[in-house]
Amino acid sequence: MAVTAALLTLADSRLPAGGHTHSGGVEQAVAAGVVTDPHTLETFLRRRLGTSGLVAAGLAAAACRSATTVVADPTAGPAGAALAVLLTGLDAEADARTPSPALRQASRQQGRGLVRVGRRAWPHRAWQALPDRPHHPVALGVAAAVGRLGARDAATAAAYLSVTGPATAAQRLLAMDPITVASVTARLSPDVDTVAAVVTPAPAPDGSAVGPCWLPADTDPLLDLLAEVHADRKDRFFAS
Amino acid sequence: MPPDHNLDDYVDPYPADHRDSPEARRGPLRVGLGGPVGSGKTALAAALCRTLGAEYDLAVVTNDIYTTEDADFLRRNAVLPDDRIEAVQTGCCPHTAIRDDITANLDAVELLESRHRGLELVFVESGGDNLTASFSYGLVDVQVFVVDVAGGDKVPRKGGPGVTGADLLVVNKTDLAPMVGADLGVMRRDSDAVRGGKPTLLISLREDPAATEVAAWVRGRVRARAAQRV
Repeated sequence: MAVTAALLTLADSRLPAGGHTHSGGVEQAVAAGVVTDPHTLETFLRRRLGTSGLVAAGLAAAACRSATTVVADPTAGPAGAALAVLLTGLDAEADARTPSPALRQASRQQGRGLVRVGRRAWPHRAWQALPDRPHHPVALGVAAAVGRLGARDAATAAAYLSVTGPATAAQRLLAMDPITVASVTARLSPDVDTVAAVVTPAPAPDGSAVGPCWLPADTDPLLDLLAEVHADRKDRFFAS
Repeated sequence: MPPDHNLDDYVDPYPADHRDSPEARRGPLRVGLGGPVGSGKTALAAALCRTLGAEYDLAVVTNDIYTTEDADFLRRNAVLPDDRIEAVQTGCCPHTAIRDDITANLDAVELLESRHRGLELVFVESGGDNLTASFSYGLVDVQVFVVDVAGGDKVPRKGGPGVTGADLLVVNKTDLAPMVGADLGVMRRDSDAVRGGKPTLLISLREDPAATEVAAWVRGRVRARAAQRV
């Protein structure tokens, strides 16, 4: 039976993991005049989806794949320690792909929030293999695995969340029509699916998998700069 | 990077599952201070810190909707040292941050707990909101709702989760009653009618800057919690 309800839960803005206090750069983009209306919002979201969304999706899929081995075989003794090594490695890959200190902190805050709710929603010892305050995509991958979802689901959730959080922030900050904002994010659905597909290719015929260092590493200097300027502001609604 | 709400020095002092239920929760008593804009939440927080600061190891989390105005007020008035005040950003939605998704506030409370291992009391001051605001009991142990006389004597009658459900209702600025034509007797009567026996205090922080009665209520809750644990 296909498992999908857990995916809806992970992507639901009702999930109390702290996402609503992060704007994904939109608050500063609004302040800088980069995002002003539905058209510029859509451009911003596409750009975000193709860079940090793609990176997050790759990391979430990899973390899910790693954690699934432990979830599938609860009796595997040493797997916990092995998983911790894998997840710590992915966490370091996330650091390497996030040059902005403000964005690293934002990601770890959200990762911690997701672990807080996830380990009670889906109790599993795989949570213990995560580093303290993991990056959000890594935590998301583990949440997907313990929710019995697959790597593609984890990637879809990561890609989807990379645009929905900022879209809601723009709606609040610019008092935009919520129906317009919903149509913007709905139009992005095929792109979200494409990102998830790109980071979860079919396995090679010989069964070999590429190492985590080959995960997507696209960055956007604009998002990094917006995050750094934003972090120094005292008059902000959002944590990032 | 701003100093506020930075979790870099955070070390979780408790086991991973220690917050699985409010009953099992360890650490300080958490007191929510909610209420409409301008009713005196920050003034009450400052008064309680001054009055109770010598008795308890305490700290404050502020939830300004914009800027760190309230945290700055507490700092300016030297009510507490900087490392006992945390401000959280609420993403334009102060109500969500104290009720529906309390993550940012939990982070702030736990950061304060990790910094001050003997912490006994934490006040969580909400951003100014409306009469439907209330704290999740996943975030606080007890909550105080602060309204003021100048908002009109019909406020208790209007009810709402804050007025009817709070563990303590505080009606502030009683000194203004004659100026704004508010009937304190009506406010008392209406509060009692909708609160099912839970206490209401009519106070004036201007006349009693120590918030004596509210502080006494808080002391009682700290004692009650300590007794529960024995």
